[in-house]
Amino acid sequence: MFEDFYPILFLVALATFLGVALTVMSIILGRRTKLGKKFDPYECGMEPVGTTKDPVPVHFFMIAISFILFDLEVIFLLPWAVVARDLGWFGFGAISIFVVIILVGYVYELGRGALTWE
Amino acid sequence: MLEVIIISSIKVLTVVIVVLTCCAYSTLLERKLVAYMQHRLGPIYAGPWGLLQPIADAIKLMFKEDLVPDRVERTLYTLAPILSFVPSLLVFAVVPFSSDFTLFGYDVTGVISDLNIGVLWVFMITGFGVYGVVLAGWSSGSKWSLLGGIRSSAQMISYELSYGLSIVGVILLANTLSMTEIVGQQDSIFSWYIFRQPLGFILFFTCAVAETNRAPFDMAEAESELVGGYHTEYSSMRFASFFVGEYANMLAASAVAATLFLGGWQGPLLPPIVWMMLKVFFGMFIFIWLRGTLPRFRYDQLMNFGWKVLFPLALLNTMVTGLIVMLTNGTN
Amino acid sequence: MNLDTVIFFAAAVVAVFGATMMIAQKNPIASALYLILSLVAQAILYVQLGGLFLGSILIVVYAGAIMVLFLFVIMLLNLRSSDDLGPPPPALGRFTKYAFGILLSVELIVIVKAARMPSKATGVLGFPVEDFGSVKAVSTQMFTTYVYPLELTGILMLIAVVGAVVIAKKENNAQVSDDSGSDRPAKKQVS
Repeated sequence: MFEDFYPILFLVALATFLGVALTVMSIILGRRTKLGKKFDPYECGMEPVGTTKDPVPVHFFMIAISFILFDLEVIFLLPWAVVARDLGWFGFGAISIFVVIILVGYVYELGRGALTWE
Repeated sequence: MLEVIIISSIKVLTVVIVVLTCCAYSTLLERKLVAYMQHRLGPIYAGPWGLLQPIADAIKLMFKEDLVPDRVERTLYTLAPILSFVPSLLVFAVVPFSSDFTLFGYDVTGVISDLNIGVLWVFMITGFGVYGVVLAGWSSGSKWSLLGGIRSSAQMISYELSYGLSIVGVILLANTLSMTEIVGQQDSIFSWYIFRQPLGFILFFTCAVAETNRAPFDMAEAESELVGGYHTEYSSMRFASFFVGEYANMLAASAVAATLFLGGWQGPLLPPIVWMMLKVFFGMFIFIWLRGTLPRFRYDQLMNFGWKVLFPLALLNTMVTGLIVMLTNGTN
Repeated sequence: MNLDTVIFFAAAVVAVFGATMMIAQKNPIASALYLILSLVAQAILYVQLGGLFLGSILIVVYAGAIMVLFLFVIMLLNLRSSDDLGPPPPALGRFTKYAFGILLSVELIVIVKAARMPSKATGVLGFPVEDFGSVKAVSTQMFTTYVYPLELTGILMLIAVVGAVVIAKKENNAQVSDDSGSDRPAKKQVS
């Protein structure tokens, strides 16, 4: 079974090589000058103000954790989809209950406004 | 054994070269199409119809100054474009581009590797796309990059859910995760899954547009508010890595859409590989058409759309398809 | 030594290397990246052992989803290096750290020693049964024999959703009340 992955390993190696080669190419070929303020971060031509040390809003965390939980749901749906016909109504019932449980969580998040972007 | 290894190596090389060439010419295609949509001519000076424009662009980018700003975190800054470029090529590992054929007396399969978890592989690789974006934004030491990076990564993971869910409908009908088998089941035009999963196709393509950070979901490059998003501080070939990665992702999404919904390489008269190319071109055309037509979403609209419209719709599509499959069990 | 064995050892070494570097790194983001590297190597090992589905799930869920959350949390707290976590723990803390480390290693060794390995495994890459670890086999088991654990997992995830909302939204409401001071937060909680 692992033989299926040999070409893929080769593809991974080739892609990585190309990715590294692109970066190395820019380092070798590019002309360099050390002039003025061009090494400052871009800020529309003004002097850079403040830092990037401000914490990221907590809402992004909320999105990430919701993503994990619903991603797990998708991961359970995929294998069910493969064998749905063989499992018949029993499998459909099982996954329906599972989806309803997850939907309760989804509706709760909606109700609390956790998925609403303000 | 050696023969098999050589054949598949050549196949991998060919696919990579073709994909990268297509990436280069997709940029020309995009510029031309958008130009015609706006009553302009687009690139015309480099070669006939601007056909040499991508090559000129590539050479220009290569010799650009490789500018690394002072405030970056060097290791991660260097790693980010590579992490963004590599996964974009990996999706093609499971996409069947042709039927099995014989070339110079050797039997060649029309796919790099027919994994029996092909669809999961697509899902896996899509998940990796986020890291390049997050790391570029984080390591650049610029406010625009940080905001652009975190916004587009949140967008990508939000739409990844519906991306995965919209495929489940097809899997329910196909009962397999192998891309080759899914193509094999769509042997006549009316058995293409787009006709049995129209909503699934629309959802899939919408999510694909959001996943690849394209207009109207191009938060990463919302020039008017975020300058260049996560690649603001990148120049030269490092920038090109992101750029090529984006176009390779578009090609990959078109190829997966063609495989799952449009019958892959199946089609009458023309050779399989031509059909596949045509279908991928169709996908690319929609990508560009959307960019030429639709205004950009506002970020809150985008997130609400993903979580409150696409996700429930995709779930509904899955469960209804499941119900229909159950009801027609045995007859279908 | 055939190619499979080479890949096995390479993946095993990378997995251990990634895990070690994850602990040794000062920069939390680098730690997270090393963990991803380790996870990918582990997925290769799973696939070599026939756990094709398990390997892919490891990538999709851990490397693709949970690690994104880790990165977001690191960014949320804006940890540029482990110094941002505050002063190093006092002597007692360091002692317990090492003590726990040693205890865990001993436990791990004992478990591995006591584990009943198949007396005659068919080598590193042999599969016990036909179709072992494939998507069909795993999901058939999951939706028949292990259907109750599946539903329980659903409930566990529901609890996690509720917990996450409670933690994250409380902070949000506090911010709102700081900003406006009106009765908006109270209304919000009702809705």
